[in-house]
Amino acid sequence: MNEASAGYTPLSRAAMAARVARDIPEGWYVNLGIGIPVLVADHIPAEREAVIQSENGVLGMGPAPAPDAINRWLINASKLYVTLVNGGSYMHHADSFALIRGGHLDLCVLGAFQVADNGDLANWATSDNDTAPAVGGAMDLAAGAKRVWVVMQHMTKSGHSRLVRRCTYPLTATGVVKRVYTNLAVLDVTADGFAVREMVPGLTFDALQAMTDAPLRMAAP
Amino acid sequence: MINKIVQSMAEALAGIGDGAVVLIGGFGSIGQPNALIDGLIEQGAKELTVVSNNAGTGRVGLARLLELGRVRKIICSYPRSAGSVVFEDVYRAGKVELEVVPQGTLAERMRAAGAGIPAFYTPTAVGTKLGAGKEERDFAGRAYLLEQALAGDVALIEAWEADRWGNLTYRSSARNFNPVMATAAKLTVAQAQHIVELGALDPEKIVTPGIFVDRVLHVPYGEPVVT
Repeated sequence: MNEASAGYTPLSRAAMAARVARDIPEGWYVNLGIGIPVLVADHIPAEREAVIQSENGVLGMGPAPAPDAINRWLINASKLYVTLVNGGSYMHHADSFALIRGGHLDLCVLGAFQVADNGDLANWATSDNDTAPAVGGAMDLAAGAKRVWVVMQHMTKSGHSRLVRRCTYPLTATGVVKRVYTNLAVLDVTADGFAVREMVPGLTFDALQAMTDAPLRMAAP
Repeated sequence: MINKIVQSMAEALAGIGDGAVVLIGGFGSIGQPNALIDGLIEQGAKELTVVSNNAGTGRVGLARLLELGRVRKIICSYPRSAGSVVFEDVYRAGKVELEVVPQGTLAERMRAAGAGIPAFYTPTAVGTKLGAGKEERDFAGRAYLLEQALAGDVALIEAWEADRWGNLTYRSSARNFNPVMATAAKLTVAQAQHIVELGALDPEKIVTPGIFVDRVLHVPYGEPVVT
């Protein structure tokens, strides 16, 4: 489908990250997953202090360093060089995951393959006989953070909805996702399934539903 | 006089036998004890069980140990990453057994081992295939899985500074699994960039107290490279 001719423009990855960032208030401690989630940090204004955690033992992670100011011992979970903000600290892995599992993070933003309308999350493997499955910290983050938001494309490259009735991919955690940001819409996961909070300009509810496997309803205004 | 500083790699790795469970520090290549891994390749122990967050990249270090067929089983959270070519080959060929463990559970299993806790309940992996078959129990209405402590015969770790008592400091995010693994093995061997006089380390800044460390080898290699 040509989306421009359909009357709307899906959000870019950067715009999706910026949309998530708008909803992160000052004072929150936040873990950002690999992919679009890490871009969210670039869109939190400097005067709004939110503390970013990286599960390899960094609390108070800052942006990438200037090329001449790299600390070669300081990387993030994606194994990219980062910086430490004033007030930041280091900890070992057991403490890092104690703060994750212990419910101390206000928010974890993750990417996903699928989210079900009961909040089930599938974001670590695409089949049950995956060669060399790799879970990393995804299951700990999904089970431990106070809230889990997902940011992802609404559909797969082959045109399948990522918002589903039940996940067909292996689960990361059950019933944990509270909100989903896609390139088309922002949706809450409620006891009654997905509730659409907003859509990109020009997109109709019916058109969004047609691109979504799970049943949708509009959120109460 | 207590002196845990050893003068040679042979001395550092003496006694590691076939079938040993080897905890290897690091997150990716940062905080990874590369010299000790190379030493282990030379040392010759085989049928090893390796516990490490990742499964090596390229054809050096842990990847080389795998390629040489010296590892029977690997326990890790994230075996597949950019450049993990050897692991993928030996895994696909059925030459290495893999136990994938969520990263926080992996860390806590070793923390528990070092703290004398045989098992613990965690909410991580409930309702997933990694939790399948594990004992499940409800506490205050939430489901948890029973996970067992994971102890090593030997831990190979990397530190920034060390003294002759084995007190250690770390550098930035190179701390990662190293202090946890130091507590969880019968024999803990640290490679350190700097050896300092006893008393030179600020007691407020020692991360791993020497009680957890058996041997220290001075390996001043300079800056790590992300691989």
